[in-house]
Amino acid sequence: MSSAPPDTAAPAAETVPIERTWWDRRGGTVTVALTRLALVAVLLSVWEWSAERWFDITFTSRPSAIWARLLEWHRDGVLWANTWVTLEEIVLGFVLGSAAGALAGFLLASAPRVYRVLDPFIMALYSIPKVALAPLFIVWFGIGTNMKVLLAAATVFFLVFLNTAAGVREVDRGLIDAVRLMGGTKRDIAMKVILPSSMTGMLTGLKVAVPYALIGAVIGELVASNRGLGYLINDAAANFDTAGVFATLVVLSVIAALLNLVVGLFDRWVGRWKPLEART
Amino acid sequence: MSAILRLESLSKQFVKDDVGIVALRDLTLGIEEAGFVTVLGRSGCGKSTMLNLLAGLIPPSSGTVTYRGEPILRPRPEIGYLTQSDTLMPWRDVRRNIEMPMEIKGVPAPRRRERAAELVERVGLQGFERHYPRELSGGMRRRVSLARMLVGDPETLLLDEPFGALDAQLRTDLQAELLRLWEGSGQTVVFVTHDIEEALLLGDRVVVLGRLGRVVLDRKTDIPRPRAADEMRVDPGFVALHKEMTAALAEGARS
Repeated sequence: MSSAPPDTAAPAAETVPIERTWWDRRGGTVTVALTRLALVAVLLSVWEWSAERWFDITFTSRPSAIWARLLEWHRDGVLWANTWVTLEEIVLGFVLGSAAGALAGFLLASAPRVYRVLDPFIMALYSIPKVALAPLFIVWFGIGTNMKVLLAAATVFFLVFLNTAAGVREVDRGLIDAVRLMGGTKRDIAMKVILPSSMTGMLTGLKVAVPYALIGAVIGELVASNRGLGYLINDAAANFDTAGVFATLVVLSVIAALLNLVVGLFDRWVGRWKPLEART
Repeated sequence: MSAILRLESLSKQFVKDDVGIVALRDLTLGIEEAGFVTVLGRSGCGKSTMLNLLAGLIPPSSGTVTYRGEPILRPRPEIGYLTQSDTLMPWRDVRRNIEMPMEIKGVPAPRRRERAAELVERVGLQGFERHYPRELSGGMRRRVSLARMLVGDPETLLLDEPFGALDAQLRTDLQAELLRLWEGSGQTVVFVTHDIEEALLLGDRVVVLGRLGRVVLDRKTDIPRPRAADEMRVDPGFVALHKEMTAALAEGARS
């Protein structure tokens, strides 16, 4: 339309070099990390110092005693043998439950009519406290590892299932139409639109489910077992060994932190297209 | 005149609770091949519904839409449709968004990459291939959408207020680009807008729709190309057409 051909190239983003010191770039993160360390140090010192002065050491133990117990268990192998058992249950339960939950959520939410029929039943099953299933699972699967894995998986399943299904149902109609316009089949729509866009929901489910995998495994062990961290807690508590109980809790929180880290990294990788402020 | 797209007493109603909401009633229109038709109408006159029907996204309640004599029952790859809102996949970068229609057609990867690079260049987005849609401005996203539509080599383009959400300067630029891409391509274009100036600037023929898609005015504009927006605005012929369109829009709203 205009006589001169329009300048069609989009202008490249203009950048100016900014001089930032190491502190400008990393200062915030470092401050937060240092404050955290300081907070932990203060809490531990207060605990250590106040034990015996204010509290009965039989009930609250003290950090040095807990540390000594961890070292002792490390030396005689109790720590690793039991941690390994529980870790295996947690990871297996988490993987099994989330794989089944994601698959079921994806498939069921893609069939809205079926989902509508099943919805109240699913919610009813979801609402059952999974702890209440432990005795039944013992009857079905015995008191071995299977029972704990499945208890963890049952809890994880529903959380991942519900979040994935919600993700599938919230898919933007416009994106589906876009694929239809390209001549895409139902399969293309499922694989290229619904699957990637339900990832956000699925990841929310995974993040929420991490602590529940721990709950499932440990509850299973508390109810019936002769090894694992849940057993260790039971055993220590029965002997009034609070240091042993706290030592086990420390190990459990380390496992939880590691699992959260793995899920967080996966989330970052899958959600790399998202704006930074939407990332958690 | 051979009509490539033909709408025959087309009606569409949407069901809400126990009532059918009529969006389009008895629209008959023929669109000739290789022409640039602009459809002008106020919001809610059924313009978008008409395009959705032409694209085969929704079935008509009654009447038929035919493309080269064949009824349109589902979307066809020969017809490209640029919707009002962005429908780029947010998890794909620019290049992979543009490649998507070819992916669905089963074009091998090296060929896809080559074609996408070509299109990126045609819409002037070099250097942004690896950017995700959220990292782009509104105008750039439109260009990507345009490229994605053009990559399938459609014979017919349906455009639904494609530049409505952009600032005036950018709109002028993209209008010029669209004309540049279209001229000599032999493609048929149906361009929907509510902006009289845009309708006159782009189209060879302007169809004014009133309520429920009643054709109030349908005429050729005979403005010579290439057209320059600044000069056109003061041209007496253009001013007369503008007045005619304004009157037609007002009449369309009344009845």
